[in-house]
Amino acid sequence: MPDDLWILGASMVKFGRYPDRDLMDIGSEAAVGALSDAAVSMADIDILVVGNQLEPVGGVGQRLQKQIGQTGIPVYNVTNACATGASAIRVVSMAIKAGEAEMGLAVGVEKMGKAGLAEGRAARPEKVAYEREGRTGAVMSVEGILGTDFMPGVFAHAGMEYARNHDGVGFEQFARVAEKNHAHSSLNPLAQYQKTFGLDEVMASPMMSYPNTLLMCCPTGDGSAAAVVVSGEKLATLDPAVRKRAVKVSASVLTTDPWVEGGEQQPDVNTLTRQAADKAYEQAGVDPQDLDLVELHDCFATAELIHYDNLRLCEPGGAGDFIDSRGPWRDGRIPVNVSGGLISKGHPIAATGVANIYEIVTHLRGEAGDRQIEGATVGLAHVIGLGSTCAVHILEKAAV
Amino acid sequence: MGERVSVVDYLVLDDGEPYLVATACRGCGATYFERHNACGRCFGTSFERRRMESTGTVRSYTIVHRAAPGVAVPYVAAIIELDGGGVVKANIRDVEPEPAQVGLGMPVAMTTFVAGTDDEGTEAVAFGYSPAVAAAGKRTDA
Ligand SMILES: [Zn+2]
Repeated sequence: MPDDLWILGASMVKFGRYPDRDLMDIGSEAAVGALSDAAVSMADIDILVVGNQLEPVGGVGQRLQKQIGQTGIPVYNVTNACATGASAIRVVSMAIKAGEAEMGLAVGVEKMGKAGLAEGRAARPEKVAYEREGRTGAVMSVEGILGTDFMPGVFAHAGMEYARNHDGVGFEQFARVAEKNHAHSSLNPLAQYQKTFGLDEVMASPMMSYPNTLLMCCPTGDGSAAAVVVSGEKLATLDPAVRKRAVKVSASVLTTDPWVEGGEQQPDVNTLTRQAADKAYEQAGVDPQDLDLVELHDCFATAELIHYDNLRLCEPGGAGDFIDSRGPWRDGRIPVNVSGGLISKGHPIAATGVANIYEIVTHLRGEAGDRQIEGATVGLAHVIGLGSTCAVHILEKAAV
Repeated sequence: MGERVSVVDYLVLDDGEPYLVATACRGCGATYFERHNACGRCFGTSFERRRMESTGTVRSYTIVHRAAPGVAVPYVAAIIELDGGGVVKANIRDVEPEPAQVGLGMPVAMTTFVAGTDDEGTEAVAFGYSPAVAAAGKRTDA
């Protein structure tokens, strides 16, 4: 089929802190790595899409192209908060489906240093006299005065709302999510942290925004990931050894948040995830119970728990039971975040969406080493960026 | 003595008991606290001011221990479902910042407090919520 999409190559730079490397160093390593993994060169690439969230001067895609190959192809820069990397994949996919490209390269790259998500907004300088500003006519920063918009708190709210509606969900269930992801990361050499913590250690670590403790929050960091996407038609012309490692993109979906009561005040991270997941399952003809592994957006432990339900990995309302029964552990019913997830693998914002796809691809190829989920044939990658955007991809191992 | 201003436009101080006012869509009734150009729900462009109830229940909360510079911690941030419709973000005051002291679904009532003073002595007045029993004396509908 002409509109078949495949991942031909994928690469990821270990997430961490790289004070001596700039954005181009990190982005180039992932881009060249993905091209090399796909056994193609920039001469084969019809479109380059680069995701980056924080670089203020922009033009990251054009700058990257000057480091990896200036062939005059169209370059697009995308920014979609934590869904930036997945959006880069979506833009390449749409260009291929539109018939404007046969093969494209998507890159997500970020350097965050130690600047926390919680410190993203500069304090307004002290006014001599109060003056109304913005769409609410605020006379001062209302962060901490009228509730909180800081990420650990926003996602704590999302988790606590789930706890309100479902008995048996509380601090301990959320903490178990982080316990699992830290344990999983101990098998992943590409993870920013690879240390195992007991449930008691997770619960006793410094409280950030109840119920999220420090060990239940993703760290900041630097990193990059890249993927080469190709059409089915083009794939059929390639060397059989290259074709054999290609992974099918069975579903690629992006949604934003529909209107809900209260969504203006507290971002609704559920509805857009449910809509993206349902559409993806339909596109792929895959049932949630068929999934061999899932990489989902655990920016905070509270987020992962509610996405078990949003992605239909558990019975409706059953996210607490799912984690209590170790369902999402790597030896459980549906392994979730076997990479260590954002909580321990790290979360360089724009790199995350591509890195999730790298992780699934690597397992479907049977190349994940110590963390390999044996015999994996179908996986799902999910990200959500506040604002909000959700992307869901379903990938399948398929004989070409 | 200086003047008083509300910390945001949607808190009304100069009309008897303080209350919140929303921008309500004339087409579908959706309410917003931000200025709106068109309705996110029905795309209508006609709005009216709506006085909101000062009581509600706690939809969700978090206890913030790491906050912006100058914000005292820990404090309880919450999402409040207002009686009669609408949802607002605010702090819960007059309660120990402990999970056992803040109930999901707990009834609350609006209170006001001074959040800051500028160089001309003008006080910025903000709103929060207190457990409904503790705030009973301040309720206008009791
Ligand atoms: Zn409307």
